[in-house]
Amino acid sequence: MIKNPERLSQAGESKALASGSSIDVLGQFELHPVLGGLGEALRLSQSPVYMVIACALVLAFLFYGMKPASVVPGRLQAAAEICYEFVRNLAVDTIGPEGTSFFPFIFALFFFILAGNYLGLIPHSFTFTSHIAVTFALAIMVFVISIVVSLKVQGFKFFAHFMPAGAPLALAPLLVPIEILSFLSRPVSLSIRLFANMVAGHVMFDIFASFVIMLAGLGFVGDVLAVGPIAINIALIGLELLVGVLQAYVFAILTCIYLREAVAH
Amino acid sequence: MRLSVSLNRHSLLAGISGLPLLVAAAPGARAAGMPQLDFKNPLVTGQVIWGGIIFLFFYLALRNWALPRVETVLKNRNERITGDLDQAHSAKVEADKAVRELKETRKTAAAESQAHLDAVLEQEKVSAAQRLAEINAKLEAEIASAEAGVAAERKRAMESLRPIASDVAETLVQRLTGKAPDRASVEAAVARVAVQPA
Repeated sequence: MIKNPERLSQAGESKALASGSSIDVLGQFELHPVLGGLGEALRLSQSPVYMVIACALVLAFLFYGMKPASVVPGRLQAAAEICYEFVRNLAVDTIGPEGTSFFPFIFALFFFILAGNYLGLIPHSFTFTSHIAVTFALAIMVFVISIVVSLKVQGFKFFAHFMPAGAPLALAPLLVPIEILSFLSRPVSLSIRLFANMVAGHVMFDIFASFVIMLAGLGFVGDVLAVGPIAINIALIGLELLVGVLQAYVFAILTCIYLREAVAH
Repeated sequence: MRLSVSLNRHSLLAGISGLPLLVAAAPGARAAGMPQLDFKNPLVTGQVIWGGIIFLFFYLALRNWALPRVETVLKNRNERITGDLDQAHSAKVEADKAVRELKETRKTAAAESQAHLDAVLEQEKVSAAQRLAEINAKLEAEIASAEAGVAAERKRAMESLRPIASDVAETLVQRLTGKAPDRASVEAAVARVAVQPA
């Protein structure tokens, strides 16, 4: 059932490369409708399917991990508990006592991104966090939630954040626009950071994999030289495993920091 | 969309059977620019809506179902640990109390027995002294009566000695002289001699 499109594309690619064409590294980010015409009508691409898979994996991990619910945990239960406590400590330590009410949100955000990043490392799969639309939507969600919480907790004192306390009033015309700009750039930096990291990693994978295909056209010498890019790609997998968890962590902790500002009195 | 009709049919079939389609649907795709920035593509913006729905369900599932399960287990464990610790603490307190009571009891028992021993010894001493005194008194009385008896005997003997001495003297005088002396003068002579103790 599973066709191997990469092989097909590789075959096409090596022909294309032989004819002097460039390496296609962006094709992997293309969206395709699933379920045929129905999917097209519902705007359903493989990206939301991978989101569902990611969420299902996280929920299944928690479900099967906590199924024994024993006092002395087994490996999977210990792993699930470590994940729970890690995000809980992150939320409570950063946001403060109010962090407990935001904890499920931070947990959802962290594991949605982490599962998306890691799912994308499986060959032939798709990385939904490599789409700026997804990361920007997440960032805007965080931004809107932090503004709503700010207005709810602090009321109009929220706007005092745009004038740093203790700064001379004469500097206000300069400081206030800068503060507003830095505030508004939060969702942009938040979303582009994750998006760019994911795209860069996957582009590098594709480039080095293409090198292997290109070298394969050179005969025996090429086969020997191709070990280099393969080794680099293996190392890159390790790097991407780090980047995947790091970016999820950065997204989660920045969300926590914004929410701490929002609940601070 | 550059999907051929045959591929669409294939996708439809694959979509029913699940995941493989996702792979099959990407045959050597070649993008002009970044596909992520192709906002005219409804699939790109569609991700936002689908993502929103999926994230909402994910959040609700975590908040209402998955995370409380973990929390319950962790809470139970903490309660169990603190409960066990409390139990151990109270057991230790009880044991300490028991040891203290035991020591106390031993001390009072020792003191009691010592007191009892002292009392018995004292009593014994007193009674022994009393008995000794009684025996002494009895012995002294006996000695006194014996002495009195001896004295009386001695007096009686002394008294009975005089007539014997008189008789002996009378007989001696009679043997020596051949004639019986005057009884009164013999007795007087004996009395005279007998005044000096021997």
